[in-house]
Amino acid sequence: MSRIRNCFDKLKSGNRKALIPYVTAGDPDPTVTVPLMHAMVNAGADIIELGVPFSDPMADGPVIQRAAERALEHHVSLRDVLAMVTEFRQQDSHTPVVLMGYLNPVEVMGYTVFAEAAAQAGVDGVLTVDLPPEEAETLLAALQSQQLDPIFLLAPTSDDERIKLICEVASGYVYYVAVKGVTGAGNLDVQAVADKLEQIRKHTDLPVGVGFGIKDAKSAAAVAVVADAVVVGSALVQKVEQAAGQHDRINAEISGLLAKMRSGMDAK
Amino acid sequence: MSRVTSSGVVNVSQIENTNKPLIGQVPDNRGHFGVYGGKFVAETLMVPLQELQDAYDQYLTDPDFIAELDADLQHYVGRPSPLYLAEGWTRHLGGAQIYLKREDLNHTGAHKVNNTIGQALLAKRLGKTRIIAETGAGQHGVATATVAARLGLKCVIYMGAVDIARQAINVYRMKLLGAEVVSVESGSKTLKDALNEAMRDWVTNIDDTFYIIGTVAGPHPYPAMVRDFQAIIGREARQQIQQQAGRLPDALIACVGGGSNAIGLFYPFLDDEDVVVYGVEAAGDGLESGRHAAPLCAGRPGVLHGNRTYLMEDDDGQIIETHSVSAGLDYPGVGPEHAWLKDIGRVEYVAIDDEEALQAFHDLTRIEGIIPALESSHALAYATKLAPTMDKDQIIIVNLSGRGDKDIHTVAALEGIEV
Repeated sequence: MSRIRNCFDKLKSGNRKALIPYVTAGDPDPTVTVPLMHAMVNAGADIIELGVPFSDPMADGPVIQRAAERALEHHVSLRDVLAMVTEFRQQDSHTPVVLMGYLNPVEVMGYTVFAEAAAQAGVDGVLTVDLPPEEAETLLAALQSQQLDPIFLLAPTSDDERIKLICEVASGYVYYVAVKGVTGAGNLDVQAVADKLEQIRKHTDLPVGVGFGIKDAKSAAAVAVVADAVVVGSALVQKVEQAAGQHDRINAEISGLLAKMRSGMDAK
Repeated sequence: MSRVTSSGVVNVSQIENTNKPLIGQVPDNRGHFGVYGGKFVAETLMVPLQELQDAYDQYLTDPDFIAELDADLQHYVGRPSPLYLAEGWTRHLGGAQIYLKREDLNHTGAHKVNNTIGQALLAKRLGKTRIIAETGAGQHGVATATVAARLGLKCVIYMGAVDIARQAINVYRMKLLGAEVVSVESGSKTLKDALNEAMRDWVTNIDDTFYIIGTVAGPHPYPAMVRDFQAIIGREARQQIQQQAGRLPDALIACVGGGSNAIGLFYPFLDDEDVVVYGVEAAGDGLESGRHAAPLCAGRPGVLHGNRTYLMEDDDGQIIETHSVSAGLDYPGVGPEHAWLKDIGRVEYVAIDDEEALQAFHDLTRIEGIIPALESSHALAYATKLAPTMDKDQIIIVNLSGRGDKDIHTVAALEGIEV
C-alpha cells in the first residue's frame, strides 16, 4: 500500500484531517530543507509537499516566486531535490513526500529516469502544476510503473466533466485549489469550498485536500471541517523569507505556525 | 509517427503523408503541431481556454464577425499594406529583387494590430470588460492599448522592467492610450516574465478578463488563433506579388521572436513548394557566445508558457536569460508551429547577430528612406546575405514587420549619442 494511502487511512480511523505543509526545496539555501522537513513532521505535518524550484513559476504568487529565486541562486536542481528526499528518508520512513513543481525540469531529465530516481529517493507522489491529464499520458505511465501517486489540481472552474477526467487518473489524493488565482492569493470562502467538495466527492472516493488561501490556525480549522487535508504553502514560505537565513528561527517559526494549525484542526 | 517517448525525449516529427497539404494540417483538435504545442497550464485555466476555443471556432465562420474584422482591418488598420519593390536596396545588394511587405505602415506601426483587432472583437463578443497583455518591445502593448481604447475596455499591460527602460516611447504611448503599464520585476525582467505575470493576472481575473497574447505561443488555441489573424499578411503578399511581378516569390524572410509576423507571412505560402522560407532568429552577441535568443538554432525542446516547443534552457530545465538588441526578439521560446516547421524541414531557421541587424537598420534607412524596427532589421540583414547569392530575376519578400521609431533611442545610445 502506498505511504499516502496508508497515511489517510490512519488519519481517518483517528477521525483526523491531514496537515500538508509546502516549502520550496533549497529555500533560502540547500542546507535548510532536510532539517526543516523533520521539524515540520514533529510539529504535526502528515504529508510534506516539497517544491521543486523553477525559473518561471507561472501559477505561483510573489512569495513562492521569490522562494524559487532564492533556491535557484544556489542552483538547486531536480536532482538536488531528490537527494534531499533521500537524506530525509534516512530518518523518516513513514511521512509521505510529494514533489510539486513544473513540467520542464522533469521533461529535461526524462520521464522514465525521473520516475525511477524519484521512487529510489523515497518520493511518494508527484504534482506537476502545468500538466493537465490531457497531456499527461506518458508521464502517468512512468509514474505508475514506479508506484508513484500522480496528484492533480482541481479548480473552482473545473466542471463535472473535468472533475471526472482528473479523478480517473489521480491517485493518493486530489488537491482542490480554493481560489481563482495564484498561490498565496485571496481569501477563501469556506462555504463555496464545501459546495465544491460535495461536487467533487460525487466523482471520487479519493481524499480531497484544499489549499490556496489558508493562512492561519483559524482558516486551517475551518477548512479541516470540510476537507480531508489542509495544504498550507505561502504562509510558511513567508516565514522562511522573514527569518532571513537564520536556520533555527526558520524551524521555530514554521513549527510554531504548524503546531497552531494542528491544534486548531484537531480541536473541532 | 511523432510522439514523446517515455524517456521524455522528443522524436523528430515527420510528415506522415507527403502529399497532404501543410495548410490546415496542424494543429490537431488538442492543439498539437506534431509533438509541439498543446495546453500545459494549471487546471484553473483549462475551462476558460476551452471557452475561448469554442468562441473562436464559432466566430471564425460567422459572417458578421468576419465582416466586422475585415472592415476594421481596412478602415482602422489601413490594410492592405503595400508590397514595395525596394529598387535602391536591390541595386545596392546586386542580386535578387527585394520586395518589402510594409507592415510598418499599419496603424500603430507594426503587424501586431492585425491580431489585437481580432482578439478584441472576440473579447467584446464574450462580454469581457477588461483586457490584459504582455509586451516586449511594446508594439503588442501599444496595439492592445489601442484597440482597448477604441472599444472602451479597461486595459492592463505587463512589461519587464528591463524592457520598460529601453522602450520608453512605447511605454508612454500605452499610458496616453489609457492603459495601465505594470513593471514586472521578477526573473529576467523581460518578455518571458511579463508573460508569466499576465498569466497570473488572467488566472486571478478570468471572469471579466480577456488575455490577448501577442504571439503564436502560449496554450492552445492561442498559437492557431494568432496565426489565423496574422495570416492576412501572407494572403495579401501572395496576391500582390502575382499582380506586381506576375509570379510567386523565390524566397520569404521574416524575423522570429515568438514568431507571429513570420507565421503570418509564411502560412499562406506553405504549400508553394518552390518558395524557400527563412525564419531569422536573434543571435545577439553571436550563437557561439551563448548570449542570444535563438532557441530554434541553438536550443532544444521543452515546455514553457503553456506549450511544448524549442527553448533556451540549461541542463536542469531552467529557462535561461536571452539577449538581443531587439526587445521584441528577446524571448527564450518560440511558437510551436515554428518548431514543427523546423523539424519537418519546410522552413529554414537562421540567426543574425546584433551588429548585422544594426547595419541593416542603417542601410535601409539611408538607401530606402525607411526606418525599420530592430526586430525587422534581423530579417533585412539576412536578405543582405541571401540576395547577392541569387539571380537578378529572382524575388525575395521580406516582412518589414514594424517601423523603427521606437528604437531610435536604443540605436542612438549604442552610438554614444544622446537624443
